[in-house]
Amino acid sequence: MAEFLQFLFSGVTSGSIYALAALGFAIIFNASGVINFAQGEFIMLGGMVSVFLAAAGLALPFAVLGAVLVAVVAGLVLEKAAIEPARSAETVTLIIITIGASILIQGVAQIVFGKGQHALRPFSGEAPIVIGGASLLPQSLWVLGVSALMVAGLWLFFNRTLPGKAMLAVSANRLGAELVGIDIRRTWLTAFGLSGALGAVAGALAAPITMTSYDAGLMLGLKGFVAATLGGLGSGLGAVAGGLILGLLEAMTAGYVSSAYKDAVPFVAILLVLFFLPRGLFGSRAAERV
Amino acid sequence: MASDPHGPLLQVSGLAAAYGRVRALEEVSLEVAQGALVALIGANGAGKTTLLRTLSGVQPAAAGAIRLDGADITRARPRERVRAGLAQVPEGRQVFGPLSVEDNLRLGGILRDAASSERILERVWALFPVLREKRRLTAGMLSGGQQQMVAIGRALMTQPRLLLLDEPSMGLAPKLVAEVFATIRRLREEGTSVLLVEQNAHAALSIADHAYVLETGRIVMQGPGRELAGNAQVREAYLGM
Repeated sequence: MAEFLQFLFSGVTSGSIYALAALGFAIIFNASGVINFAQGEFIMLGGMVSVFLAAAGLALPFAVLGAVLVAVVAGLVLEKAAIEPARSAETVTLIIITIGASILIQGVAQIVFGKGQHALRPFSGEAPIVIGGASLLPQSLWVLGVSALMVAGLWLFFNRTLPGKAMLAVSANRLGAELVGIDIRRTWLTAFGLSGALGAVAGALAAPITMTSYDAGLMLGLKGFVAATLGGLGSGLGAVAGGLILGLLEAMTAGYVSSAYKDAVPFVAILLVLFFLPRGLFGSRAAERV
Repeated sequence: MASDPHGPLLQVSGLAAAYGRVRALEEVSLEVAQGALVALIGANGAGKTTLLRTLSGVQPAAAGAIRLDGADITRARPRERVRAGLAQVPEGRQVFGPLSVEDNLRLGGILRDAASSERILERVWALFPVLREKRRLTAGMLSGGQQQMVAIGRALMTQPRLLLLDEPSMGLAPKLVAEVFATIRRLREEGTSVLLVEQNAHAALSIADHAYVLETGRIVMQGPGRELAGNAQVREAYLGM
């Protein structure tokens, strides 16, 4: 039982990170139909910039805030400089642009931060809390709490405010949205900025637990994408559920089978989803073949 | 805005539009006077929808000029045109399916202040009481006729001075068609100018002050609605008589 609890804690913690990453995919996909493969780099920036700002002597909250700002700016610049000029191109083209952006951001990070592995200091100590024989790191509580807050905030934004609903309207019917005067360009820009913020928060939260490096974004981004697809691309609820399911699957596989297979889980999962459940758990739109 | 009280509300001159190399509109000139109901009829593929798309700015004009109340809006972005008072009920309704009926309507008022939006929303509820009953349902769950009401209501929420209607009767049962046309007449009586595009030429001509006939991207005929309805060519080509 203690063992199961231990795996559960670990699964829910990494699942929350994947959920935030998946929400980033969902927001951009909804607004623009683009799958943003630079999402993982936002996560990497969140972790790495936090580490370096903290090392430079900034208090932790400000270091994290700075990292979020850097990722938001990266998202806005990506949209403005690379996506917007190609707005009339096919979606596939835009997706390839995001892959290019991902490589570019990773390259710049490698030059600026070097190739080393880094860990961020945990937000509030390292003494584990023991529950039912399993130990829970305080950082895990940070991950869970902040993720829950972000999810609640997004839910309120999209369900209770007119600007949030306007973003949903763009995804539901672009022509209808243009004809009532919703600003499509600003919607895309907002989506990229918001996803940058979400990714960076996820990256900063995870950095004390998983270590981070200039290339950490690739794996986290892919896992976020798998979680988003598993839940159904574009569904907020699906992104959260997909993230948690993926985290739990990974933790249980690592615990009960072998940790060597941990990273294989998401890729087996996405194959199964694409074969048997192409709309994901909560998706309304079928994935398009590209 | 340079407003001439006697000038037309909408003035289109020499308008052209193209899809790639294919010209869809050539030298289209038309006017909608303040408070008028103008109909535009024509066969499928004549360019009616293209004309409305170009007027709303979701399709670029290749040549010509569009003036709304004297101000040149030919190059304005769609939202600037909405703000200036040009609204469109597009072909196929284009409602926000996953959002509630009320959210669909409120989004129509996104460029207007909250207080006046609230006032117009009351007017829309009064115009379509069934929408008020179903305001919490998602728009995608409504029947075609009710979705048409949502689309019209959403356009009214933008507080238009000129309402462009693209085939509002399409796909509706005859009883609903009559209802939609009654609504259009009523809007006009309340002071909204209307440019109505219809394949249902008979119904459109019977309520229009003035009408234009569009054929392969060009205006080929125009005149008062009743006059065109009596024109032998129009009767043969569009009224099936």
